[in-house]
Amino acid sequence: MVATPDWPPTARNSRGYGIEQRLAGVSIARAQSVAVSGVDGQLVEIEVDLSSGLPGTTLTGLGDKAVSEARDRVRAAITNSGASWPNQRITIALLPADLPKVGSRFDLGIAMAVLAANGAVPPAAVAGIVWMGELGLDGRLRPVRGVLPAAVAAHRSGARVIVVPAENGPEAALIDGIEVLAASTLSELMAWLCGKGDRPPRAEPSEAPTTGRAVDLSDVVGQAGARRALEIAAAGAHHLLLQGSPGAGKTMLAERLPGVLPLLDRAAALEVTAIHSVAGTLARDAPLSLVPPFQAPHHTASVAALVGGGAGLARPGAISLAHRGVLFLDEAPEYRPAAVDALRQPLESGRVVLHRSGGAVTYPARFQLVMAANPCGCGSPTGRDCACTPMARRRYQQRLSGPLLDRIDLHVTVHPVPRADLLGGPGASGVGESSDVVSARVLLARQAASARWSEHGWDTNSLATGSVLRSGRWRPPREALRLAEQALDRGVLSARGFDRVLRMAWTVCDLAGRSAPGAGDIAEALSYRTGTSTGWAA
Amino acid sequence: MRVKDALGQYGERVAAAHLIDAGMSIIETNWRCVAGEIDIIASDGRALVFCEVKTRSSLAFGSPAAAVTWVKQRRMRELAVRYLAENPGKWGEIRFDVVAILRPRTGATTLEHLRDVLS
Repeated sequence: MVATPDWPPTARNSRGYGIEQRLAGVSIARAQSVAVSGVDGQLVEIEVDLSSGLPGTTLTGLGDKAVSEARDRVRAAITNSGASWPNQRITIALLPADLPKVGSRFDLGIAMAVLAANGAVPPAAVAGIVWMGELGLDGRLRPVRGVLPAAVAAHRSGARVIVVPAENGPEAALIDGIEVLAASTLSELMAWLCGKGDRPPRAEPSEAPTTGRAVDLSDVVGQAGARRALEIAAAGAHHLLLQGSPGAGKTMLAERLPGVLPLLDRAAALEVTAIHSVAGTLARDAPLSLVPPFQAPHHTASVAALVGGGAGLARPGAISLAHRGVLFLDEAPEYRPAAVDALRQPLESGRVVLHRSGGAVTYPARFQLVMAANPCGCGSPTGRDCACTPMARRRYQQRLSGPLLDRIDLHVTVHPVPRADLLGGPGASGVGESSDVVSARVLLARQAASARWSEHGWDTNSLATGSVLRSGRWRPPREALRLAEQALDRGVLSARGFDRVLRMAWTVCDLAGRSAPGAGDIAEALSYRTGTSTGWAA
Repeated sequence: MRVKDALGQYGERVAAAHLIDAGMSIIETNWRCVAGEIDIIASDGRALVFCEVKTRSSLAFGSPAAAVTWVKQRRMRELAVRYLAENPGKWGEIRFDVVAILRPRTGATTLEHLRDVLS
């Protein structure tokens, strides 16, 4: 039994003044919450101890500034919700004590533990629930970042009920097997726990619509070669470099790549949602999107903006936000060389490990890189009026490093659109296929690749390693390989480039529905490695 | 005499009476030195108790106990050291208590005795 903290108390002694009655050692209460680091959550136990002593609040457990400020927010929220703040010595511990805690998401858990310790709500009811949310001074619950990873962690550790702010409800509800309650105010929760009010509503998951593309591949006029390359890139998840003069349609093509990619499966979509949840870039009403993400950072982006960073614990960057989707670098040579070269490691490993003072964080970063580049800095629409000296052209082209370009499978030149294609008339190539038609072929090709490499655990051709591709079982027949072997002999193709040609040849053959790449498939693949005329090194 | 000083003296009388009721004996009240004043010094068995009395007539500025700020707690320690330097003795324990008294204009006076507040 916890004594009421209301002032004045009712007990009186013989001298006629009331004496505060407090029982020692009974006012400990617990609540649960979740700390999120990277896209992983860990359950945090919040303990509150009320003891006699001078009124004051201490908060322990390696919290950052936002956590230590929770004291004042929670105090105001509790008093403005009609309950009283204990006029006692309050010790709040966030356990495990050696795990750094970041952000305002612990506000609700702290408030609930204090209320339970103070006897305002039943302690037993509070202890079994995971609480997430930031409190406004008026007791309103405000949305926080990282709710999806928190819900995953809560479910994994066996929690049955999680209470989140109403705006975060649809996001947390994506996790099956845990009951998600969406609450709006602290007073609503207090009334519910005391049996004087309704249970907060269960949150329902919602998905973003997958139909209604904003852009379609049929918008692109002509450009049969570039469209073909885009289809191959989509089918094999190959990285793509589009080069060509300004206005030819490089940006237009790149923006239409997500539309021809297959929709994400649920597991992949949850990975994407978790990253966007941590970054705080989620659409609140429809958090789960099956459409692959598309990120196009401006060319002034810093290394931290691209790969992730920030003080304390690093936040995800554009490459992680583009996880399972497309990272598009328009005007790629204009980016800082250091920023673009920072992509090399994540391109290989599919994830990025960021070390900061607050600890190391790993974010997934399996993205498809699409770069667009002009042939030179002057940007003349046709190569004829280019005013650049050969030296200036070379310097411009050196801004993309060789090792990075070597990791890009398809190097495609986008030629200016002829008048006939643009305005119609004799010789026009007609309206191109729509995104739906292309994505249907892409899906079939991906299914073929995924089935073929299932024993290796790869779902796209871009993941296949050179040693397997060159091994006896998967090696194309001798006569099919002749062209590639000649390129290797002449030194036009590096050993790594040879593997990339094999990889693309498999994609070309998957798109055609053949069982093994023939000479034609290899020739086409070879053209994307060595067919460059504008000078970007292959 | 100002009203607030009268209230303070009333509070110290009530506090002393309460400490005696609680089985302690008063050694000294309003002990002064250059650094300030200790409201009540009492003995509780083998313990020497330095007691700060805080009296208020309303809760408008928070509870009386909450007025014992960190600065005031530091001064209580300093005053205790000065007292012990002048009055050496064998005490099993040195303790700091706060007696917080609320005497509203209407209604009953209430008293709260916080023991060992500086631990």
